[in-house]
Amino acid sequence: MRFLGKIARWFDDRLKLGPFLRETALHPVPRRSASWWYVFGSAALVLLTLQIATGVLLSLVYVPDAGQAYNSLLALDHNVAFGWFLRALHGWGADFMVAVVLVHMAQVFLFGAYKYPRELTWMGGVFLLALTLAMAFTGQVLRFDQDAYWGLGIGASIMGRVPLIGAAMVHLMLGGPIIAGAALSRFFALHVFVLPGLLAAFVGLHLLLVLKLGINEWPMPGRIVRRESYLQEYEDLLHSEGVPFFPHAVWKDLIFAAAIVAAVAGCAAILGPFGPRGVPDPSLIDASPRPDFFFLWLFAMLALLPPAIETPILLIGPPLVIGALLVLPFWAGEGEKSWRRRPVAVLSLTLIAVSLAALTHLAFHAPWSPVMDAWKAAPIPRSDLRDRSPLELKGALVLQNMQCRNCHSLGGVGGHRGPALDAVASRLTKDQLIRQVIQGGGNMPAYGKNISPAEVTALVAYLETLRPKGGPPAREAALQDIQRSKADALKR
Amino acid sequence: MSGDKELTRRVFLMKAAVFVSAALAATTAVPIIGYLASPLRRLGKKLKWVSLGPVENFPSGRTRLASFQSPNGEPWDGLTDRTACWVRRVDESTFQVFAINCAHLGCPVRWFEQSQLFMCPCHGGVYYADGSRASGPPPRGLFEYPWRVELGRLMIHAGQLPTLSTEA
Repeated sequence: MRFLGKIARWFDDRLKLGPFLRETALHPVPRRSASWWYVFGSAALVLLTLQIATGVLLSLVYVPDAGQAYNSLLALDHNVAFGWFLRALHGWGADFMVAVVLVHMAQVFLFGAYKYPRELTWMGGVFLLALTLAMAFTGQVLRFDQDAYWGLGIGASIMGRVPLIGAAMVHLMLGGPIIAGAALSRFFALHVFVLPGLLAAFVGLHLLLVLKLGINEWPMPGRIVRRESYLQEYEDLLHSEGVPFFPHAVWKDLIFAAAIVAAVAGCAAILGPFGPRGVPDPSLIDASPRPDFFFLWLFAMLALLPPAIETPILLIGPPLVIGALLVLPFWAGEGEKSWRRRPVAVLSLTLIAVSLAALTHLAFHAPWSPVMDAWKAAPIPRSDLRDRSPLELKGALVLQNMQCRNCHSLGGVGGHRGPALDAVASRLTKDQLIRQVIQGGGNMPAYGKNISPAEVTALVAYLETLRPKGGPPAREAALQDIQRSKADALKR
Repeated sequence: MSGDKELTRRVFLMKAAVFVSAALAATTAVPIIGYLASPLRRLGKKLKWVSLGPVENFPSGRTRLASFQSPNGEPWDGLTDRTACWVRRVDESTFQVFAINCAHLGCPVRWFEQSQLFMCPCHGGVYYADGSRASGPPPRGLFEYPWRVELGRLMIHAGQLPTLSTEA
């Protein structure tokens, strides 16, 4: 022990880091800030360390070559001892890291920690969030499978929407005119050199600022932040109820970080690595690309935005969001910190969280995507075929053969792009059905050119039988009006 | 007085050093920027005529999947320089060759012979047999490659990923 101490002293005589380390470990924090609410930042740092370690380990085997990357992923999964586990750790670690960074940001926002004098800490944090998301996207590309290939296609298509310099942006992003080896090489460079370097720099700045300015005090309703008096008040608070970071607060950070790492390892061990899903061969077109979990909300938004405003929102949205986050500490740099007195802040955060969750949930089911094989793989429920005439049964065949089921469900099976057809006859009259099939409309293609009159007759005859037992068929609204006015006239 | 003079010389040397270093750094940056911008040199120039095979492969009135090797491929591209496209032979002498990429966000569209529709698996874009937009989010119809028939082979002018600003 004494020998170890001697070695430590030998190094410290040269490095002279002792006072700095002591100051870091023992810097006072307000007693109430040594709280379970203040553990997310350090957990994100621990996850970043895990990502760096597993990333370096994966790079021992992974080959960043468009022709071989997929094979090297398979080798990691099946040939290299624990290769699958390392991939799973890295993949799940990424998901957890995005989650923890978001929770950390939400907590900092709710606790008003971005206010004076911690504006720069918050702004650095905004860049750290952007970098984390950029790491998530570039990482998904390095898992070079069909999702990665078509994900690059989606990224390039978004770039292609930039006015004037769109073509240049596409070629710069892909490193050439097509999605190929050059694209993988530059995303590898981004994921492994550029973004981690920036992350390290911003994490350093973030930590330095936390040390220099002190951790945010527990927000109390009525304790107002003012530029003139805040620093003195914080100083006084540390004097009256400050405790050293080590050991009063650090044990909670350690336990939470350990729990998070255990959760990552548990998910990795039980649920395994992500993908790879399908060889990245663009001539295999039976792909249905899906982004990773943290971009599902974006996938949903791209399907749901009205086409007319899609491009402006895609191009102006991200700078607006980042700009708003950067401006926040200047716009609301003083005043109340407590969420109890900041209803707008609480409501905004709730709105954002609920929107993201709802979009993510929708994207899991993707009701806007046609179910490509429903027309041959989803049988019509038996009850919808019983007691039908030959013409109606012929119509049921037309319904299947014309791929209607790809977008319309029966008995809950099939696509959900269009409305379910289970009770269509109680909504549309015969004439309306014929018109809808032939002319389309309301986001349905017109079938007029591709379907014979005999097929329309059979199809509509079948569709007219689709209504609840005993329920009335739909009637022309105008007809009902005429009948009602006739009845009224008779009464009079 | 002499102190001031010395200070001035130091300041001058400092400024000169900064200027020289900045000039050197800027000179070095020129090739670096040129290197980074090198993908732009191919902009719009590298499209070539590639063959999709004999015209007999494409029966009249039908739409068939074809694939070709991108003229801009590199040996290290693996399978990614292969590209698929849909060939519609309208009649004996007229073709339409559609890019596989949806005009919305580039996902691969699939052809359904019975209903004569192209459907996209990502966000539900749908196109008619002639490539025009039928429904869903795409802002336009499918991208089309220029084509010609040469010595009995169907050729298309291709070589870049079609997007709204880089047409096929």
